[in-house]
Amino acid sequence: MTQLPTHTEKKLGLVIDLDTCVGCHACVISCKGWNTENYGAPLSDQDPYGADPSGTFLNRVHSYEVQPAQGDAQLIHFPKSCLHCEDAPCVTVCPTGASYKRVEDGIVLVNESDCIGCGLCAWACPYGAREMDAAEGVMKKCTLCVDRIYNENLPEVDREPSCVRTCPSNARHFGDLGDPNSDVSKLVAERGGMDLMPEQGTKPVNQYLPPRLKDRLAQDEDQIDILAPYLAPVATETKGFLSWLDKTLEKL
Amino acid sequence: MTHIQPTLDLSPKVSDEVRKTTCYMCACRCGINVHMKKDPLGDLKVAYIEGNRDHPVNKGVLCAKGSAGIMQHNAPSRLKSPMKRVGERGEGKFEDISWEEAYSIAESWLRPIRETNPEKLAFFTGRDQSQSFTSLWAQSFGTPNYAAHGGFCSVNMAAAGIYTMGGAFWEFGQPDWDHTKLFMLFGVAEDHDSNPIKMGIGKIKKRGARIIGVNPIRTGYNAVADDWVGITPGTDGLFILSMIHCLMKAGKIDLHYLAQYTDAAVLINGDEKSPEFGLKLRDDNGKELVIDRNTGKPAPFDKKGVKPDLAATMRVAGVTHRPVFHQMADMYLDEQYAPEAVADRCGISAKRIRTLAAELARVAFDEAFELEHEWTDFRGEHHTSMTGRPVSFHAMRGISAHANGFQTCRALHTLQIILGTVEVPGGFRFKPPYPKPATAHPKPHCKVTPNAPLDGPHLGFVHGPDDLALKEDGSPARIDKAFTWENPMSSHGLMHMVISNAYAGDPYKIDTLFMYMANMSWNSSMNTTGVQDMLTDKDESGEYVIPRIIYSDAYSSEMVAYADLILPDTTYLERHDCISLLDRPICEADAVADAIRWPVVEPDRNVKGFQSALCDLGARLGLPAFTNVDGSQKYADYADYIVNHERRPGVGPLAGWRMGENGLQGGRGSPNESQLDNYIENGGFFVEHIPDGANYYKPWNADYQDWAVKMGLYDSPQPYLFSLYSEPMRKFQLAAEGHGERQPPDHLRARIKEKMSPLPIWYETDQQGNEGFTVTALTQRPMAMYHSWGSQNAWLRQLHGCNPMYLPSNLMREHDLSDGDWAEITSPHGAITVPVMEMAALNANTIWTWNAIGKRKGAWALDEKAPEATKGFLLNHLIHELLPPKGDGLRWANSDPITGQAAWFDLKVAIKKVAAPADAQSQPNMPPINSPVGKGPSELKWKVGQ
Repeated sequence: MTQLPTHTEKKLGLVIDLDTCVGCHACVISCKGWNTENYGAPLSDQDPYGADPSGTFLNRVHSYEVQPAQGDAQLIHFPKSCLHCEDAPCVTVCPTGASYKRVEDGIVLVNESDCIGCGLCAWACPYGAREMDAAEGVMKKCTLCVDRIYNENLPEVDREPSCVRTCPSNARHFGDLGDPNSDVSKLVAERGGMDLMPEQGTKPVNQYLPPRLKDRLAQDEDQIDILAPYLAPVATETKGFLSWLDKTLEKL
Repeated sequence: MTHIQPTLDLSPKVSDEVRKTTCYMCACRCGINVHMKKDPLGDLKVAYIEGNRDHPVNKGVLCAKGSAGIMQHNAPSRLKSPMKRVGERGEGKFEDISWEEAYSIAESWLRPIRETNPEKLAFFTGRDQSQSFTSLWAQSFGTPNYAAHGGFCSVNMAAAGIYTMGGAFWEFGQPDWDHTKLFMLFGVAEDHDSNPIKMGIGKIKKRGARIIGVNPIRTGYNAVADDWVGITPGTDGLFILSMIHCLMKAGKIDLHYLAQYTDAAVLINGDEKSPEFGLKLRDDNGKELVIDRNTGKPAPFDKKGVKPDLAATMRVAGVTHRPVFHQMADMYLDEQYAPEAVADRCGISAKRIRTLAAELARVAFDEAFELEHEWTDFRGEHHTSMTGRPVSFHAMRGISAHANGFQTCRALHTLQIILGTVEVPGGFRFKPPYPKPATAHPKPHCKVTPNAPLDGPHLGFVHGPDDLALKEDGSPARIDKAFTWENPMSSHGLMHMVISNAYAGDPYKIDTLFMYMANMSWNSSMNTTGVQDMLTDKDESGEYVIPRIIYSDAYSSEMVAYADLILPDTTYLERHDCISLLDRPICEADAVADAIRWPVVEPDRNVKGFQSALCDLGARLGLPAFTNVDGSQKYADYADYIVNHERRPGVGPLAGWRMGENGLQGGRGSPNESQLDNYIENGGFFVEHIPDGANYYKPWNADYQDWAVKMGLYDSPQPYLFSLYSEPMRKFQLAAEGHGERQPPDHLRARIKEKMSPLPIWYETDQQGNEGFTVTALTQRPMAMYHSWGSQNAWLRQLHGCNPMYLPSNLMREHDLSDGDWAEITSPHGAITVPVMEMAALNANTIWTWNAIGKRKGAWALDEKAPEATKGFLLNHLIHELLPPKGDGLRWANSDPITGQAAWFDLKVAIKKVAAPADAQSQPNMPPINSPVGKGPSELKWKVGQ
């Protein structure tokens, strides 16, 4: 089995804002486009125009309905890709050393030339974040766009994962979560960022920002309406209203 | 195994070349960087598409549709050649022909029509992004029968906006994302201005501003809204008028704004005996009159220094003329709009309506602020700052696709205006060429002369009965009956009625139906099965009732099978286009902008951009706009037209890099032969910013007005008042009351009197025939799909490959349904049998499904077993283009009686649990059509570069 590095210099990862993600799938397809054309084998699609289309994606958006104890049900969009865990079970389970975690930045990658397609890593990942490419027979996963983030052929502003660059609502953020002063670490601190399934003990690097409290303007019938003074009537009928109007206009 | 890691190339080559053009995956029209790589043969191929960071619309971001453009461009469903039908209509059997043969067939059909009666051609376009061009072609041909698809899309929103405030939502305006603190959106489909709205939501959330979503369904934008109001469909107008009631009653209205910038102070003729009763009083120059608070005397609204009085009345010869605002007080203070009176119908508690109205008031007035921009208004008054009211609104099809949609949209604009939030910092802002009042737009034209152009543009804005498109005998001039008493203010036409009316010969028969990018035999028609029958039915002589159909599309859509002649269009990466200020531009509230598409790759099939084909065909037919004086072809192709056409002297399709006296300039100027190269060099677009101080209060801001004239948006300054009171509507009412020469038919008098209220009202839509059908049924668009196009895209169809009918939890229980069960959904018109799924975040009396996922077997190069074709379905089968017969022998359109907007969302249904169909397929299950392009491959391993 394969060892993790004892320490990584950075902890590069994503911060995903569940309060802002509208579930548009822009990140899913941008990722598919970039990673089909770049790192390793293309992300293939089987039966792409047929009865059961099934392709390789490194990032998918799931939607969950949540029913709070009181009030209306809510819909949460939940993008999910590799979380680049510090204790990545997908690496330690790999029989060939193809799965590895980079010392420099903590990115978890698959060296496709060493991958025998056994699929153990996908079984070991508690998040279901790895997908076997059916055409190539190798394991595919989020690379955090390792071929973009340092790429000197790209303008500096574009050296970020394609999902982050494309996200229309700015729900995805990229940076070093090992540096408490980074923008992403500050965002996590400010918004109460969370580990996904911490009980699994994988110490995920990616963080999720929880949705803010919803439906604050929907109150129980017996609750006191603090906004009520805003609607205190100036008059109850046209005549009274017009006299209020005349008086008010005088003051303008 | 100890830790080892390979050495990676961290700076691989990204591409061989980046070509910048404009996306075509929806009406958003983002800038894209198309990364090209050499394939093994050394040819440059499209490898990867990303957003263009410099582009004014998307600033680098791109949605799923845009990023999947490579799969659209390479879709196996692309048409390959001109074709003529060889089987029966609807079979999909075609023979490839040359362009020469295609043109000569088209010419042989169209020339005799033009020489004898041009109205026999009906030319309608669907997802057309070149309407200023296609309308010019139709006008030059001489037919009155032209429109694009606005009539079945969201004309209520466009027309209500322009009639009320000289600009609309759609992509023609935007919230002031930098300053707004409360953003309220109603019924927004996620395909107009979609990336800017998503960017805006991200931006305002980052600042801690809040969003209220009003929509029966809590998905997409509504899912991230801070507050969700799950309103009952069709009652938005009532909810809005109730909030107006609360705000007026509490005096939480912007009196200064109402007095200065709107017609609230304009005097209305109060003489019940006058033929001008209810019209605005005007001076000898036609200027609306107000009482000036300085003098107490009447004065034209725009007189220097005038202070319009909202309260004062004028008494002349025993008659009292009152200002608009008095009538608003009469109307909206009435208890019929009290929250308690509307709560049940809207499905929103009275308390919540009050809370929402109070929150609007709190933010608009307590959080008001000043922007330090000096400006001068149209009355010459100088202001040292601009007052901001940080409440903004946006709305689209959800509130407009109802038969009460026009008045609902007007009500929403009234709410915006009484809060003083339009064109102010923090509020809703217009994008150039808006603001532009309805009176500055053309009126509709319909005068037909054989062998000659129409007498003017087809579409426009009517201002009273005199502007209707009627023939001498009073019958409709247009095949879709736009601009008639049935729907007088139908500014976008009624595309959804064209086939139905042509088939019925009502108001007359046509000879050739010519359509572009409009899937009328499938998801773009109400009553899909009926429309298929109309397209294939023959008369006693064995001829098709609609004799000839020409269709242009890039893809093997369902409509292809129903045409006689196919003109294959290119993909968006193979064509020239202009995103023009003459059309639906891509401006920002702070800037004027336009853009192009250009062939980043040449087509590898025998196809041609449709607009270029129209240049050829127009010249063959000798249309004046497409022919030189010597009879030769005027525009070699669409690119030639884009560069050289001038709509008015100095104003052409593109505003960038025009030739001025001192070289190239933006705005006005003569044609520049290198214009397209200038655009390509600049990343495919042109942008010029509005000067600071001119960029708010635009309808009344002298600096903006002057800038707009300079840019060629207007020919002279056009300051105006917002129309809370719609005089054109009052004129139609007057006609219905018996005034004037042009009189409505008697069966429409009562309806016109009631529905054409010059102040917004709410009314229940026609419920005849709906007994027993109590549940509202809607469709929504997935953000990752555009109309029917997404399903041919190998990547996107993996996101949205099926469309269950979503039912709220209470209806699932009531009908003993579980996820995956089947239900028969019936309406007064038809029945479908479909799989169901539970959704809790949904109005309790509403069911819905994704729009246009269901596909006809054989279309779009999909396998006949594709889930879109087996389980997928259309709600369209339940919706008729006509209302149920009333027994009077008349055909009543299922449309808004004011604008003719297709009332898709008025649908009421009943639900019944049924056993799964024997074939486990959604019903109706139509037989396959033959695919003229074959089927797609069984595997994709896409990689252009090595």
